[in-house]
Amino acid sequence: MTRDHSRAADSRGPADKPPSKQPAARQDHFFADPDEVVLGAVDTFDESRPPSSLWSDAWSSLRRQPLFWVATALTLLIIVVALFPGLFSSADPQYCTLTEHLEKPRAGHPFGFDRQGCDVYSRVVYGARASVTVGLLATLFASLIGTVIGATAGYYGGWADSILARLTDIFYAIPVILAAIVVMQVFRSRATVFSVVVVISLFAWVNVARIARGAVMGVKNADFITAATALGVSRFRILLRHVLPNAVAPIIVTATTQLGTFIVLEATLSFLGLGLPSSIVSWGQDISSAQANLRTDPALLFYPAGALALTVLAFIMMGDAVRDALDPKAVRR
Amino acid sequence: MAKYLGKRLLQLIPVFFGATLLIYALVFLMPGDPIAALGGDRGLNEEVAARIRAERHLDQPFLIQYLYYIKGIFTLDLGTTLNARPVLEVVANAYPVTVKLALMALAIEAVMGVATGLIAGLRKGGVFDSTFLVVSLVVIAVPTFVMGYVLQFFIGVKLGWLPPTAGTDPGFKSLLMPACALAAVSYAYVLRLTRVSVFETSTADFVRTATAKGLTRHRVVSHHILRNSLIPVVTFLGADLGALMGGAVVTEGVFNIHGVGHALLQAIRQMEPSAVVSLVTVLVMVYMLSNLLVDLLYAALDPRIRYDS
Repeated sequence: MTRDHSRAADSRGPADKPPSKQPAARQDHFFADPDEVVLGAVDTFDESRPPSSLWSDAWSSLRRQPLFWVATALTLLIIVVALFPGLFSSADPQYCTLTEHLEKPRAGHPFGFDRQGCDVYSRVVYGARASVTVGLLATLFASLIGTVIGATAGYYGGWADSILARLTDIFYAIPVILAAIVVMQVFRSRATVFSVVVVISLFAWVNVARIARGAVMGVKNADFITAATALGVSRFRILLRHVLPNAVAPIIVTATTQLGTFIVLEATLSFLGLGLPSSIVSWGQDISSAQANLRTDPALLFYPAGALALTVLAFIMMGDAVRDALDPKAVRR
Repeated sequence: MAKYLGKRLLQLIPVFFGATLLIYALVFLMPGDPIAALGGDRGLNEEVAARIRAERHLDQPFLIQYLYYIKGIFTLDLGTTLNARPVLEVVANAYPVTVKLALMALAIEAVMGVATGLIAGLRKGGVFDSTFLVVSLVVIAVPTFVMGYVLQFFIGVKLGWLPPTAGTDPGFKSLLMPACALAAVSYAYVLRLTRVSVFETSTADFVRTATAKGLTRHRVVSHHILRNSLIPVVTFLGADLGALMGGAVVTEGVFNIHGVGHALLQAIRQMEPSAVVSLVTVLVMVYMLSNLLVDLLYAALDPRIRYDS
C-alpha cells in the first residue's frame, strides 16, 4: 500500500496540496517537505481518487518506461515475422540449389547463400516461427504445470505440500538441458515442434512452481480469505477465485523471464542435432551448419545467431519491464 | 549445526532416489536395442544375446534393473559399457576436465560479476551502471554456443591470442576462452543480482550508522555493504555450479573438449544406457551438494542466521 501512496505523492507533487491544512498555531515549528518524509506521502494521499488496482498501477508504470516500448516494438515485429514470413521474403527457404553454394549476397538475396545453396535471408525470416512457437507454448505449458503444482502445495499444505515439495526438489536437481538431451533422443528424427515444447515444459516447470507456492502461501492467510471462509465459500472456490488472482503477478513475472530462456533452449537442442528435424527451418540448425564454414564465411553464422539474440533480447527486455511494473519491491530507476 | 546438517542430508535421500529413478526411466525409454546391434548385419546368436541380457539384468523388469543399478552405485561397481570399458573409468576420465572448466567459469563470473555489480550498485544510474546494464542484457540474449563461436572466431582465429580448440587434456590457457563463454550468461545474472542487492543494502540504516560513526568509505563498503549484499549472489552461484556443469555439454561441443558433455553425447549416440545414467547421476549429486554447501555458507555471511532452533 505504501507504494500507492508514494506514487500518488510523486505524480502530483507538493504544489497541488498547499500546507494550508496545517493548523496555523503550529506553523512556527519545523515541517519537513511532504516529499522528504515517508509519512508525508500518507498526508498528501487523495482519498477521493478511485482506488487503483495492481494491473492499472502496473500499466501506468509500464507506459512510462522506454524499455517497455522498445521491447514491445521488437516483440511485435518478431511475432509478425513468425506469423507471416511470406511478407518479408519471397524466396523459399527450403529451395536450395547446390550451384549457388556459398554465393555472395546479390540483389534479392541480401545475406547470400549457405553451404547447401539456400537463401540465407529467407531462412533467417522463416526460422522465426519455430523459435517463437516453442518459446510461447513452452512458457504457457510450463507455467500451467508449475502453477497447478505450486498452488496445490502452497494452499493445501500438509502431506500434499511435503510430497509436491520433494517432487519439485527432484526435478530441480536435474539440469533441464541434460534431461532434454536424453528425452529428445527418444523422439530422434520424429521430433516435432510439439515434442520439443512438451519436453521443455515437463522439465522447466520447477521455477514457476516454487514462486507460485510462495505467492499462494503469502496470500492464503489474508483477512479477506478468512472472510470468504467464514461466508461458507468452498476451499477450491476460494483457491480459484480469491487466492490465485492475488498470487498471479509473481507467476507472470517468472513466466515472462523464462520465455527467452526457452527459446535459447530450443536453439541449443536443434544445434546439438537433438531438436527440430531438418524439415523445419530453425536458427539453431542453421547456426550449427554454418559452423563448418566459420573460418571462411563467418557471416553465415552471424545472421541466424543475430536473429536469435535479437529475439531473446526482445523477450528479456519485456520480462524486465513487466517485473519492474509488477513487483512492488523492485528498485525503480 | 550438526542437527541441521543431519536433517538436510536426510532430506537429500528421497531427492537422490527420485532423481536417479527419473533419469533411469528416461534412459530406459531410449529407442533401439543395443544388444541386437552388437551383432552387426549378421545378427547375434539367440543364446549369446540372452546370456548378455541376463548378465546385464536386461531381462528383468524395470524396477529390478533400477535396484541393481542402485546397488552398483553403493558398491562403486557401475558395470561396464558394451565394449567392456568400466563405466567408472568413463566417468572418472570425463569429470576432471569439466570440473576444471566449471570452476574456472564460476570463478570468472563471481569475481567479475561481484566487482562490476558492486560499482554499478554504488553509483546507481551513473554511466558505468547504465553501460553494464546494457552489456548484461546483450550477454544474456546471446546463447552460450553462439558466444562460444564468436569468441572462437575473433580471439582464437582472427587475433590468435588463445588456442581456438582445447582437445584432450587441456591446460589453463586453452580452457580460459571456453570458461569465459560458459560464464557469460551467468555473469550477467551475478552482475544484476549484486547491483540490486548492493543498492538496497547501501540505503539501509546500519550503513548510515557505520558512516556516521566515522568509518572510512572503504571499510563501510567492504565490511557493511558488500558482505550484507552477498547472500542472494551466493545462493545463485551455488545453484549455478550444477547448471554450469550441465551447460558444459554445449561449450565442450564448440571447443572440442573431452569432458562430461562429450562423453554424454557419445554415450547417447552409442546407446550406452549405463554410462548415460552414471554421468547424469554424478552431475545431480554435484548439484545437490553445492546447494547444501550454500545453505551452510549463509551463517558465515550473516551471523543472524542460525541453524539450531
